[in-house]
Amino acid sequence: MTPACGDLILALKMPRAMATFTPAQWDRLIPQARAAGLLGRLGAVAVQHDLAAGLPRPVWYALEAGLAFPERQAVAVRYELGKLDAALAGLGIPVLVLKGAAYVATGSPAAAGRLMTDIDILVPKRAIGETEAALMLAGWVSSHHDAYDQRYYRQWMHEIPPMQHIRRGTVLDVHHNLLPETARIQTRPDRILANARPLPGMACLHAPSEPDLILHSATHLMHEGEWAHGLRDLSDLYALLAAGAGRDDDFWPSLAKRAQELSLERPLYLALVQLQRVFGLDAPALDLRGAQRYGDRVIHDLLTRALSGFHSNCRLPFAPLADFALFVRSHWLRMPAHLLIPHLLYKAMKRDNAARAAG
Amino acid sequence: MRLAELSLPQLESRLARGLGLVTGPFRFHLTSRQKRVAQGLHTLYADFEIGTFDYHDYHIRLAPPTGMRRWLRPQIFFWMDDFSPFKPLPADHDFAQLEWGMNWCIAGHAHHYLMLHAAVLEKNGQAVILPGDPGAGKSTLTALLALSGWRLLSDEITLIDRDDGMVVPLARPVSLKNASIDVVRAFAPHAVIGEAALDTHKGTVAHLKPPRNSVTRMAEKAMPRHIVFPRWRAGSDAHSSPHAKADAFIHAASHAFNYSLLGELGFALTAQLLDRCDCRNFEYSRLPDALEFFESLVA
Repeated sequence: MTPACGDLILALKMPRAMATFTPAQWDRLIPQARAAGLLGRLGAVAVQHDLAAGLPRPVWYALEAGLAFPERQAVAVRYELGKLDAALAGLGIPVLVLKGAAYVATGSPAAAGRLMTDIDILVPKRAIGETEAALMLAGWVSSHHDAYDQRYYRQWMHEIPPMQHIRRGTVLDVHHNLLPETARIQTRPDRILANARPLPGMACLHAPSEPDLILHSATHLMHEGEWAHGLRDLSDLYALLAAGAGRDDDFWPSLAKRAQELSLERPLYLALVQLQRVFGLDAPALDLRGAQRYGDRVIHDLLTRALSGFHSNCRLPFAPLADFALFVRSHWLRMPAHLLIPHLLYKAMKRDNAARAAG
Repeated sequence: MRLAELSLPQLESRLARGLGLVTGPFRFHLTSRQKRVAQGLHTLYADFEIGTFDYHDYHIRLAPPTGMRRWLRPQIFFWMDDFSPFKPLPADHDFAQLEWGMNWCIAGHAHHYLMLHAAVLEKNGQAVILPGDPGAGKSTLTALLALSGWRLLSDEITLIDRDDGMVVPLARPVSLKNASIDVVRAFAPHAVIGEAALDTHKGTVAHLKPPRNSVTRMAEKAMPRHIVFPRWRAGSDAHSSPHAKADAFIHAASHAFNYSLLGELGFALTAQLLDRCDCRNFEYSRLPDALEFFESLVA
């Protein structure tokens, strides 16, 4: 099963193919890329491969426009990381920058033309309190004021409620783990911190090692219910893996070993199956002991369908249903039933009340 | 081919299947079964090039919601690709929605250009930019100049090409609101104005057909030479004064759709624009005074 967005995938895998696309192919591809949040990525790889001048002008203008947003954002993120570093340097703890901001800070191929909604950092759990206090002093305020939300985050989640800078408006997620405290899989943030690499010019900011960046990307993709950006996240992963595999012969076995150390074999396995199906990624058979389960075929098919859901002209049948099933799964993985059911009931009733109050 | 070569029923059937329309540098793919949309296009876009194209910059669909709402207080949805950026409007605002939606497509996506929220017209090879403070009478003035031999480049969005800093025309209809519709009718009884949409969020809205000469020359860029801040004030004599360039810069930047998105390039393009332009305030109450003033600018 593969999504019907072959040209988009081909352009991401082999950028030079873009030079051969007809205007009619672009007429389908540009709206798909825009909907998937990949217009900027296509623009970035077109520049990297020196293809911009050879593309039809309106096509290049669309890619160029898609690239304008992430380019502006990368400038803003670098500025914001400097501010964060200054705010947290006095604590004497390592601060790990995650996901999009880490891609930008390390010049990763996954940063190319990628948009993000917030900056994610990770600190040791024992330092959460002082981190939050230092951030508040520097102008970040907690955005969830509701007592229930506060408790939900602080007791069960892997992060404190999102903070927003009072003047610049930037949103910051402060994590102490990659997955919720209540999640079925438990990983080891201390090991990720131990392997982190310092960011040049920064006092306390670090980025995860390359394998850890990849494993976090896979874990995020397989545990969050955000399928609107599913293909974009999968293409991040593809870019990270392709770069790593091209550089280092020992890349795949050491990635598998690291997945074991962090107990993240399952998300890596699931992501590799999708990368094989969607991008045709040719990964060697890895020793991911215990990652496979009986009946995984169902999960793989749900994931592939959900990944195809970003545009109507390439959506596989039942994509919305798969999306919903995976949304339910993401909650199931997040919390055991005796916590999840009361939580969802509370949220549903609160929404009802809010709607009544507003109406 | 030109849109006028189709009869209204032919246009309706083409539009139902999808119609390519060229406006300035953009190719739109329009799909709708709304009769008012076909009528509006037939009246106002008669001189525009249409066709079946391979590539389109924006795919637009105007369609009623599915289900009961189709019959009960009919509404219209605007779609670009799979995305509907607006709340649905009453169905009889469908043509106005198309115009606003086309503006939205351009303003939100065409970042090859620095886009200013301003009208722009050209005469004697000199483009005059009219930044739009609400209520300043920008659209009325634009309509009057367009009906007096000026080439209409754009009413809402001034496109500045990032490659050469030139103004790129769109030549789309001029959006007239409320009293200005009657002002324009009184000024030029022969002017073609589309069916008015009543009680929109901007009041009554109707569009003026762009002069044929503006449409056929839509591929011709123009050199920006003047920025004029117009103000209509009841009973005032025509009066023009210099407008400080620093202030004009800030005004242009803060009223642009994508100044900060373009970053350094946005700054450089705005600076180049200001270097090329003479900046003036112009206050008036009588239309002949305004025409005389603008003629004198480009003489």
